[in-house]
Parts: sequence; C-alpha cells; structure tokens
Amino acid sequence: MARKYEGFMKGVFFLSAIVSIVALILIIVFMFAGGVPFMLEYGLGDFLLGQKWTPSNTPASFGILPMILGSIFVTIGAVVIGVPIGVLTSIFMAEFCPPKLYKWLKPAVNLMAAIPSVVYGFFALQLIVPIMRNFVGGTGMNMLTAMILLGIMILPTVIGLSESALRAVPRSYYNGGVALGSTHERTVMAVLVPAAKSGIISSVILGIGRAIGETMAVVLIAGNQPIMPRGLTFGVRTLTTNIVLEMAYAAGEHREALIATAVVLFAFILIINSIFLYVKNKEAK
Amino acid sequence: MNQTKMTIRDLNLWYGDFQALHGMDLEIPENEVTAFIGPSGCGKSTFIKTLNRMNDLVQGCRIEGNVQLDGENIYSHRYDVNNLRKRVGMVFQQPNPFPKSIYDNIAYGPRTHGIRDKQQLDQIVEESLKKAAIWDEVKDHLDRNALSISGGQQQRICIARALAIQPEVLLMDEPTSALDPISTAKIEELVTQLKEDYTIVMVTHNMQQASRVSDKTAFFLNGYIVEHGDTRKIFTNPEHEQTENYISGRFG
Repeated sequence: MARKYEGFMKGVFFLSAIVSIVALILIIVFMFAGGVPFMLEYGLGDFLLGQKWTPSNTPASFGILPMILGSIFVTIGAVVIGVPIGVLTSIFMAEFCPPKLYKWLKPAVNLMAAIPSVVYGFFALQLIVPIMRNFVGGTGMNMLTAMILLGIMILPTVIGLSESALRAVPRSYYNGGVALGSTHERTVMAVLVPAAKSGIISSVILGIGRAIGETMAVVLIAGNQPIMPRGLTFGVRTLTTNIVLEMAYAAGEHREALIATAVVLFAFILIINSIFLYVKNKEAK
Repeated sequence: MNQTKMTIRDLNLWYGDFQALHGMDLEIPENEVTAFIGPSGCGKSTFIKTLNRMNDLVQGCRIEGNVQLDGENIYSHRYDVNNLRKRVGMVFQQPNPFPKSIYDNIAYGPRTHGIRDKQQLDQIVEESLKKAAIWDEVKDHLDRNALSISGGQQQRICIARALAIQPEVLLMDEPTSALDPISTAKIEELVTQLKEDYTIVMVTHNMQQASRVSDKTAFFLNGYIVEHGDTRKIFTNPEHEQTENYISGRFG
C-alpha cells in the first residue's frame, strides 16, 4: 500500500515537472514554426538588418533593425540608470540600513516587483512624460523616458538579488576586515562587495532580461515610431512593443513577421540567460 | 620580567541578561606569549575579543570595567577603535583570508592605513610573508586566490595579513584548532619566534600547546579567571584544585 502510494506520488511529481518543460517546448515549436519560414523566405539579412518597417506598403518591408537597436539602446540606458542606484541601495540595505527603516524598505522593494507593468507605464505617463515635454520639448515620449522608466523597473530585481548576494558573504570576511582596523565603510566596499561580485553581476543580467522583455510600460511612453533610433529625445520602438502594437490587426506575411520578431526577442533572452548561467556556475566553483 | 603591555581591571561583560565574564583582572606582559585555557564556554574567546573590541560587533553585548593598552583605556569613548585594531591585530579560529589574491590579502591592511606606493607595498608583503614563514611556499604565485591554498597555509596568510600593519599585540583565537598536526607545529614554532617582536595572546583548547608555547597562562572557568601566572607553575604546581583537575584531564 505504502509502496503504491509512493509510486503514485512519484508520478505526480514527475508530471508536474513535465508540464513546465512541455510548455517551454510548445512555445519554442510554435514560435519557430511561425517565424523561421518567414525569415528564410524574406531573407535573414534583410529581416535583421533592414532599416525599413512598412508592413502596409506594397511591396511591404519588414526590416527590424530599428527595433533591435531600440531594444538594445533602451536596455543599455536602463542599466546605466538602474544598476548604480540598485546596487548602492542593496549595499545600503544589507550593511547600513537601521533596522527600523529596513522594516519598511524591504517590503517596499518587494512591492515594487509586484506592481503590474502597465501601472508603471501610467506612472511614467503622468510624471516623466510631462517633465520630458517641458525640458526637451516634443511629445515627451522618447527614448530617454523609456530608459528612466525601465531603470526604475529593474530596481527590485537588482536590489533583491544583490542584497542576497551581499548577505551570503561569510561574516568571517567582514570580521577579518575590521580586525585590521578597516572602517565599516571600507570593509563593506573593499571586501564584501568584491566577494559578492558574481551575485551582483547575476542581478544585473537578470535586470537586463527584465528590461529587454518589458512591453506594456514601454508601449505607453516610448513614442513607438518604427524608425531608426535618432537620439535620446526621439521616439523609439522596441521588439516587444512592435509585436504588441500590430498583432491585433496583422494578417498573413505581416503576422509572420511579428512572430519572427518574437523569435529574435527569444534569441536575445536565450543569450542573456546563458550568460547568467555561466556567471552563476563560475560563482559556484 | 617584561613590561606590562595590557592591563585588564574588573572587567564584566554581558550578552543581554547573561553575564559571560565576571570581574576579570589580568596583566599581559610585553613580548611574551599569554595563553588562555579552559573548557568550552568558559569565556576565553569572549575575553580575547574584548582586547581589540571585536565584541562591539555583537548585538546586546555590554561591557563594564577597564582594559588598558599602554596605560590608556581602550573603552574610553575618545579612543579610536580602528586605531586600536591596527595596534592589536587578530587571527581567527577559522582561517578567513579574503577571496582575493595572496598579495591583495596582505596589502589590504597597509592600503587601509594609507600606503599606496607599489614598491613599499611589495616590500611589506614580502616581509610579512617571511615573518609568517610562508614566503617560500607562495612567493611564486602571489597572484593566486588565497582560498586556493591549504588551510594551514591560509592561516599563515592570515597571520601575515595581521603582521602587515605592524601591530604591537597579536590576538590568536584558537589559531590551530582547524588545522592538521603539521600545520599546527609550524604555527606553534612561528608563535615562539614572533614573540621577539610582538606581544601575543592566544586562546587554546590544547593544553600541550599552551605548555609548549606560552610564558604565561590564565585558566578560565565559567566566566571567571581562576588562576593565572607563569605557565610552568600553572602546569606543575597549580594553586587551585580546579586548575589541577582541568590540567590533569579530569574534566573539560
């Protein structure tokens, strides 16, 4: 009886594990089946490096270079803005924060991670866009706006993971530092932070993944013009927003081109995750 | 008879409501090895940490009394704790080199205290490693991660790291308890050499070690110093019955 029950439970666990893998495989199969034939037919070079995205013209052009660059630039900007703030916040939270403040700060950061992205988009539309409009003119919906917003949105990822990386550093390193007459500040910055380096880098990589995949917040504030990025104060369209903006009415080749866009996005995420795993493994070693 | 380097007067210490040390009185003579012995939980590790104020880091730890270094009370609120720890170095029970190169481990202290000149740092690193009797083993790979060498070598790296800031007193909290007999012998030999230049205070579980390397011994029990004096006397002719029982292995 007990053995039968164990066997049954084993099956349950196995099935649960299978579900997520099957889901992943289905996603990959669906995306590649929908997108790859188009890429080959249209020409991989023309698709990836084409600078024109004009799906309603005859003949239509499906070059997604503007969106690839848009995604990359916006992500870089988000990292430049979000990572220093996030890492410094995590150092503060792990080593400098008075417990009374920590009691509020920690749940606040967790809450940031739970806010739906469209709400972030609204927040940016209400606050950052008008400020942008005042300072740089235009609609206020531009690349810089998207960078600032994404910089804020990656904060919980960067802060949370960096903080746990810092807390995982053995306390004996800290004791060794202060026992040499090194101040708390110097010990934290010169011993603990370098010791947590790979964990902090992992947090940055996951933050990059979050930024590049973000859609709903970006679509509200980035301007979304499908043209080559011209500068910080001009509108920009990313890979994700390209899909969400047009999928509703796209058909035929246009639809396939959007699925192919998703394939490219997937490739980006795959690369980012591989780097993440590589860094993690190096840390384990 | 050497001069007194540190003087402890009526030192009491509490962790929260628990009193861990009771009315400690002790002199630590310069250029000698003072050993603290006693069963686990008797307060010897707690006591050694009061000498460079590492107990400041323990939450709920409260101290009354007086610890003097060259006649100055280190618990006076004007006393600079970082300067204290520069003068009173420490080696821990578990070797705890930083996850950095051997070179950067040794150079950490001098850099902390303002030495930036590369040549001067090179010289300090070499001297410190030589003093810690590990130079010959590591001189060809100073850029190697200090965590990649053996535990015994790591502990000598930690000793070299402590020596690099030229302390006057060196506290060693069971420095060999995590090491094999050969590494232990090396560190014991090292300790007897180091006392030429430094005042050494050492906690040990190992009574043979105390009798081999120390000049003075203090026997701790339940947060009290039961007896202290010349090591030879403590080990051959102790005044207290408890000391004798502990040394002869009847408990502890």
